[in-house]
Order: sequence, then structure tokens, then C-alpha cells
Amino acid sequence: MSTLISPRPSSRSDQDWPGHRLLVRAPLRLDCGIDFGPFTIAYQTYGTLNPDRSNAILVCHALTGDQYAADPHPITGKPGWWETLIGPGRVLDTERYFLICPNVLGGCMGTTGPQDLNPASGEPWALSFPVITIRDMVRAQKLLLDHLGIDSLFCVIGGSMGAMQVLEWGASYPARVFAAVPIAGAARHSAQNIAFHEVGRQAIMADPDWCGGRYLSLDRKPVRGLAVARMAAHITYLSEAALHRKFGRNLQDRLAVTYGFDADFQVESYLRHQGSTFVDRFDANSYLYITRAMDYFDLAAEHGGSLAGAFEGTRSRFCIISFTSDWLFPTSESRETVHALNAAAANVSFVEIATDNGHDAFLLHEPELFETLRGFLNGCAEHRGLRR
Amino acid sequence: MAASGDSALLNFGAAAPATLPPGTAGELRQDLRLIAEMVEPGSRVLDIGCGDGALLAYLARQKSVDGRGIELSQSGVNACVGHGLSVIQGDADRDLEAYPAGAFDVVVLSQTLQATHRPRRVVEELVRIGRRAIVSFPNFGFWRIRFGLLLTGRMPVSHCLANPWYETPNIHLCTIRDFVALCDEIGVTVDRSVTLDRHGQPYSLDPRGSLANLLAEQGIFVLCGSANP
Repeated sequence: MSTLISPRPSSRSDQDWPGHRLLVRAPLRLDCGIDFGPFTIAYQTYGTLNPDRSNAILVCHALTGDQYAADPHPITGKPGWWETLIGPGRVLDTERYFLICPNVLGGCMGTTGPQDLNPASGEPWALSFPVITIRDMVRAQKLLLDHLGIDSLFCVIGGSMGAMQVLEWGASYPARVFAAVPIAGAARHSAQNIAFHEVGRQAIMADPDWCGGRYLSLDRKPVRGLAVARMAAHITYLSEAALHRKFGRNLQDRLAVTYGFDADFQVESYLRHQGSTFVDRFDANSYLYITRAMDYFDLAAEHGGSLAGAFEGTRSRFCIISFTSDWLFPTSESRETVHALNAAAANVSFVEIATDNGHDAFLLHEPELFETLRGFLNGCAEHRGLRR
Repeated sequence: MAASGDSALLNFGAAAPATLPPGTAGELRQDLRLIAEMVEPGSRVLDIGCGDGALLAYLARQKSVDGRGIELSQSGVNACVGHGLSVIQGDADRDLEAYPAGAFDVVVLSQTLQATHRPRRVVEELVRIGRRAIVSFPNFGFWRIRFGLLLTGRMPVSHCLANPWYETPNIHLCTIRDFVALCDEIGVTVDRSVTLDRHGQPYSLDPRGSLANLLAEQGIFVLCGSANP
């Protein structure tokens, strides 16, 4: 586990993280009915846009991810969350493709979120920030692509919440998506997943330092609540087999249990570490808002109750990927998406990768995942007429 | 939300990717080669039980078809997708219902019908989602199988039916005559049929005759639903 470079100072909108910024001045109509703006989109790019602007790949990050997909994280110093996938000669080849990875609306790494200042009050937005949806995130990303002059994406790709954004892109802007790769995702958030998110949110709100969401104005930080939220969520990202393989019932730096509530077991110590490092890089209110966006996601409901209706007439090429041991976004959910795409007579590939790494597998080195992605993207690139 | 009209932005060319496995007729199984000959260039094809994608790759390369596949084995699916083919992990019993009627010009089910749980339902689905369906299967009425069972009293094992009874995936074997009777019963029209001898060479025998049912080791049938003559 890496050491922390610096503790996170109280965030403000003038936070100077490395990378690009786009200030969107015209208000964006959100699903909740509010016209929101102006706001900032922070994003990273990798590779070079080709002259006919046909090689752009939009990389959508997950709940606690950010735009630093292939750079060291400015707070933790850890490698980018998809560094194994992105780079010269890698699957997302930066010598061939132009990659754009924006921080989502409501995020806490430069794109406007609840920790930023509400210009009307001069205070951080906190809970006066509007509730955003996956579709709102995608609408904001579309504005970024308009700004970059990219009419048609070669590919939209992402895992988990990133996969939700990919599906939303495929449904909302089909003509702008040549290929779509939702990994370990679903077309709606399940009751079980909403339940886990609610546990996380209640942990944050139960922390006295949360202060009704106004902790930044009061110079406090609900680190205990946010850490518990992260610990509970982290369990859902793993599998029983992976936990057993990594930790079993092994004890942490001791030969016998202590008959107390210290972290006797390695798995406890691991979770505590996950919780305590997470709070240094993530904002508690952002966590509330982004989990809410995932809970509200139901692509079929956006299209009159028919998931196939969401993809009607699409000409995008889809590659749906799931993992055998992922119980948070199980294969059955991906298969529902596949069936809906089949019902829309869409061009779809569907691969389930055998692994015991659980939901987190989309972030790990999974050779079969990489081979599948490479083959799919190469096939699409040839159909698109992209030169090597 | 339809993409039509916006497609000028994109290049949806149907050319086969160069990453496909070698798509030469010489490397195709004999029954697949005959099936490939029955497919019109440029058509929309669904290959159910597409294995390693050999037929799809061949059709994409030689006939510019818009091909899709369904394959049960994960390794088969991954190999296909890794070669740029559009293939989903699934099976004929579960995954055909989602497709709309007439979604494909041709639906291919080669050497798979006998491994499905509900072959009757599968045949009905084939002619629903495809304007034509091409079905090939091993003929359990083949004389060597009949005599093998008669003389040895053991379940037949041949190169078409290579597994012993306790580990065969073939749970619904039928004869050519059985298959024709099923088509008659569910109102499916046999448009064309080819029967193959032990060496994969086609016979020109009437599939309704008892000679075909005795001499052919495999049958290939082109079907269409009564609604799509």
C-alpha cells in the first residue's frame, strides 16, 4: 500500500489539480429540473486526436474513480486506475487512439461537485447541490466533446458506474458512438446495490462531523463515516474466494487473538486501511451524490419501461463484459442488457471472464479481459477504417 | 433515439477485419462449407453454436455477410470476440427468444440441434427470427448406427457422435425421418435439403425417402416458416 503524499486540505473550486479544465457557461438542464451552471469539467487526455477526429475514446470512471486513469494520482501518488490498460502499445493504445477521461459531474477532483463554492452563497454547495443522475453526467460529457470538436466517438468504455455511463451514451447519443464497451455494469441499479449504498450514506450521515453536510464550512470532516462507507463498499467489490485467498483467517502481526476489538484479523486491518486512505482523496458529500446517481439509474425506465427501446435503431457495436465472481454486477444483469440489444437487432458481443477477483476485476490485470478488448477494438478499428 | 440518418457521420463498412482467423474454404468442415454455399452474399447471418467462429469468419471474408454468433463455451466466445467477430455467450434454448422476428436473413444451427433441451421450440425460434434457417445434424438412422446397436448392443460411437453415452452432450438425437416429421408437425417448410455420406460427400436423395434415412450420416436442411415462404 502506498504512503500518502499529503492530507487533503478542505476542498474549494480553485483546487489546482493537474490537467485540463473546461468552464461550461450555459446552464445544463438536469433530470431534477434545475438549470445548473456555470460549471467546470476537469479531464485528462492521452494520445493524439487524428486529423479526421475519428480515433477518440471516452473513458468513463467508476464511483470513486476520477480523471487520472493513466497518471499518478495527485493526492495518493498511486498509478492511474487503468494504467495497465492505457499507454503506448497497450490495449487502449495511446499511439493509435485519443483518450479522454473526464471527472464526473458531482465529483471531487476538479469537476464541479458539492464541495465547490455555490456562487450564490459563497459557501460550499453541500446538500444544496442538485441531485444529479448518470444521464446528467453523460450530458456534461457531451458538452465536453462538443467543445473538443468530436462529433463521433470511436469508443466509449468504462467499468461499473463507468459502464452505466457507456450504456447511457449508447442510448442517448447512438449516432455519436461507434463502439461501446460496458464492463461489469448493468442497465439499472439493483435493490441489493441500492441497499449497500444506503448503508454507506447512513454511515456518513451518522458521523457527528458530517454536520448536516456543512462540514467544510465548519472546518470539519466526517472521516469516520466515510471510512465505514468505503469499508462496507469495498467488501462488495471483492469475492468470498478472493478474500479467502488473500487473507483467510490469518491474524495481523500477532500469534493469537487478543480477546478485544483491535484488528486481530488481516482482513480487518486491510479494510481499515482501505477506509482510512480513501478519506484523504474523496469528499463525503460527493460520495452521497454519486451513489445516489447510480441508485437512480434505470435505463429502461428512461425509455418507457423497455430496455430494448433504449437501443432501438442503434448501429453502435457493443461489447458487454462481465466477471464470473462479480456479485455486485452479476453476469445475469449483463445478460439482460445483451438480450435487450438482441431485441433491438444490435451488433453485440458478450463475454463473461472467469476470475475470482469479483467486481474489482475490471481494474486488475485480467489477461482474458485484455485479449477480448484488444480483439474487439481491433475489429472495430478496421470497420471504422482507422489506420494503425 | 434511432441512429438512422446520422450514419453518414460514421463508417459502418461491412468489410471483414484482417484479424479474423484464416477464412479459407479448405479449412472449413465439409458441412460448414456446404452451408456457406447456401448463404447469399451480404446477408445478415446468425450462427448458433458458432464454435471458434470458422464459418462466421469465412462468411465475413468471402461473402461480406453481417455475421453474429452465439456460442456456449466461454473459450469459443472469447476466441471469436478476440478475432473481431460479434459473438455472445449463450445457448439456443435460452437466448433466441429475445430476437425480433425476421432479424436475420439466415440463421445457422450446425450440429447443435441434438444438444438442445427443447429442439422443437428451437426449430420454431429459428424460422421466426430468420427468413431462412439452415440446420445440420447427425442422422441417427444411419445404417452403421443401426447395425452397431443391433450387433453390439452398445450405444453407438462414431466420428459424428464421438462421446460415450455417459458424457455426450447429445441428448436429443433424431433420424432424418424424425426431423422431417417434426417440420411437418410444426408447419415448417423444408426449402431444400442435402444429405451427406460418411465422407461428407453430398447424396442426391429425397430426404423423405427411407434410403436417405439409411445411407446418410448427416442431413442439412434449409427451412422457412409457413409465414415466410
